[in-house]
Amino acid sequence: MNNSVNSTDIHKAIVAEQKAQDRKKMMVNGVLLLLLLAAPFVLYPVFLMKILCFALFAVAFNLLFGFTGLLSFGHAAFLATGGYTTGYLLSNYSGLTTELGIIAGTLAATVMGTAFALLSIRRQGIYFAMVTLALAQLVFFFYVQSDFTGGEDGMHGIPRGKLLGVLDLEDNMNMYYVVLAVFIGCYLLVQRIVSSPFGQVLKAIKQNEPRAVSLGYNVDRYKILAFVISAALAGLAGSMKSVVFQLASLNDAHWHMSGEVILMTLVGGMGTLLGPVVGATFVVNVEYQLAQGPLRDWVDPILGGIFVLTVLAFRSGIVGEIQKFMKKNLG
Amino acid sequence: MTMMKKLLASAVASTLMVGGAQAEISNNTVKIGYLADMSGTYRDLAGPNGLKALEMAIKDFGGKVNGAKIEVVSADDRNSPDTSSSTVRRWVENEDVDMVAGMVASSVSIAVSKILEENDRLGIISGSAASSITNEHCTPNHIHYVYDTYPLANGTASAVVKEGGKTWYMLTADYAFGQALESDVRQVVEANGGEVIGAVRHPFPTQDFSSFILQAQASGADVVGLANAGSDTTNAITTASEFGLTQSGQTLAALLLFLTDVHALGAETAQGIQLTTGWYWDMNDETREWSDRFMDETGVRPTMVHAGIYSSTLHYLNSVAAAGSDDAQTVRKQMMDTPINDMFAKNGTIRVDGRMVHDMYLAEVKTPAESKSEWDLYKILRTIPADEAYRPLSESKCKLVKM
Repeated sequence: MNNSVNSTDIHKAIVAEQKAQDRKKMMVNGVLLLLLLAAPFVLYPVFLMKILCFALFAVAFNLLFGFTGLLSFGHAAFLATGGYTTGYLLSNYSGLTTELGIIAGTLAATVMGTAFALLSIRRQGIYFAMVTLALAQLVFFFYVQSDFTGGEDGMHGIPRGKLLGVLDLEDNMNMYYVVLAVFIGCYLLVQRIVSSPFGQVLKAIKQNEPRAVSLGYNVDRYKILAFVISAALAGLAGSMKSVVFQLASLNDAHWHMSGEVILMTLVGGMGTLLGPVVGATFVVNVEYQLAQGPLRDWVDPILGGIFVLTVLAFRSGIVGEIQKFMKKNLG
Repeated sequence: MTMMKKLLASAVASTLMVGGAQAEISNNTVKIGYLADMSGTYRDLAGPNGLKALEMAIKDFGGKVNGAKIEVVSADDRNSPDTSSSTVRRWVENEDVDMVAGMVASSVSIAVSKILEENDRLGIISGSAASSITNEHCTPNHIHYVYDTYPLANGTASAVVKEGGKTWYMLTADYAFGQALESDVRQVVEANGGEVIGAVRHPFPTQDFSSFILQAQASGADVVGLANAGSDTTNAITTASEFGLTQSGQTLAALLLFLTDVHALGAETAQGIQLTTGWYWDMNDETREWSDRFMDETGVRPTMVHAGIYSSTLHYLNSVAAAGSDDAQTVRKQMMDTPINDMFAKNGTIRVDGRMVHDMYLAEVKTPAESKSEWDLYKILRTIPADEAYRPLSESKCKLVKM
């Protein structure tokens, strides 16, 4: 009798704590949302859009790396494919509205992601990373050679056009809120994926793959699906980026870009939802601020130093460390 | 929006005209933004020393234009068109930058020129090679000052053929830039009675050139043409030197090579290479005098890009002073109307497509025996007259030419 009362009490306490935590999360998210909505009135909108595009790219990458434990070294290929496809379509077919261009870019990256996944998923660990890198290099050389990408010169003058044929995206403010809406949508999607049963399986695969197999899960299928979703979101980030900047360039396809997204995710905190967003904001800001200031000759060494420091001293990244700190000191 | 601005501006301008031809310098400040690769592959040819050259020009001009102060902002372009475009957008939209100078990677130059056109500001591109910048990508808002790939192919190839290099073997970087350069060279060589007997494409970028150089050597061609750039060119030259290519009687013709590259390679490795340059520090007293001052500031000799940044900034400031305005179109017209005569160029003129045309020079890298000092690297073989060097307007695809 006593026992059962106790267990309901415990259950109630757990639920209450869960609720309190949810409320805390909601509050944090609400404050962040308000900040994001107000940001373009204070900060430069194009710069904010750049951060959002890279944040989405990092969120996509983190879904694969942080939650499934697959280190892809070829995500630049999806970013670039999204960007080039959207750019090419919007530049050459003036009847196309912007959202169709972006959807087409995302689809192209999804198809490429499927092909990458089917080939690379057969190997594990470093071999997996190398296969994705090799495939991404193939894609890079294809874009270097192709006429439609403009090679080294890049693709320029991509029209922003009108959303659904109505909303004029040439206006930076309109463009910003569209990018923000897409970003929040994708962020919520990833949040939903991670907390779904599907997401639990992904985490199980990350923690102990043989065990997930022994529990009867078809691990390869889960991996492929996670890879494809990640590639699609990366492609979406690339598509939006090409519309925002009105250009698509080889930089996006270069393996440096695959490295940069790893840096963003690690600095921010891999395996956390907010980590890649914070990481992308941090890296883009550091690059940008340093490029203006007296330290501009040292951007790459400084970023390298930050990377080494993160890996050696702050393994769980900015967000991860903050979470740890909160847990330790604030219960 | 921009239309409104333009209308408003012209309305204001015409009122002022009536009121005594008093043109304006906006905010009583001429603001120059210097954008270049400060930390990457192209750092040496423009980079921080280019900023020094720009500051020298402002100092020599006197620090003020018609009483208005001159300000400089600078940023690293990271060789990335999106970083550059967000930087330049902020410069022109929020910080009232009137002119953007520097710019190296062609993707950066094209991206920036589109933004300048949108906002009606001026850009003077000194570092880029691509001739498309004033061809299909020309805008009424930028000027391409120092050189481009057309005279590089044209100058080097025709001169080398005329000097007896009849048979050519091409070593080409396998992407758009290299292929375009190769086909330009092929045309010029054939037009001058030479022949391209073979070509090999190497991936971009390549570290190990030995198999390509061996093929070039085995071809028995008089000349090995390098249709590549940057580290590809220097790597190819190093390998060629190790294999004794030039010592065995073949000539190496590099199409895009800067003084700083040659300096890094050294006369021993680079000797005998023929190349086209827009300027060389040791040409006459005027260039030497300026280069000495530059060396005092920076510790190195200037490349043609450094000299071009100095010359173009001075020309810009003179034109702002003469026009009494920092409005992009007024200044550009003034710059086009005034020929450029300074240590960089003699009778240089800016064409309607934005191309600054001036004499180019065919140079050969000295042997270690000929070279008297660290920077004594070129001997000028021939001056290529301006009208022969650059792409004629009749072949231009620029929208401004047809108007």
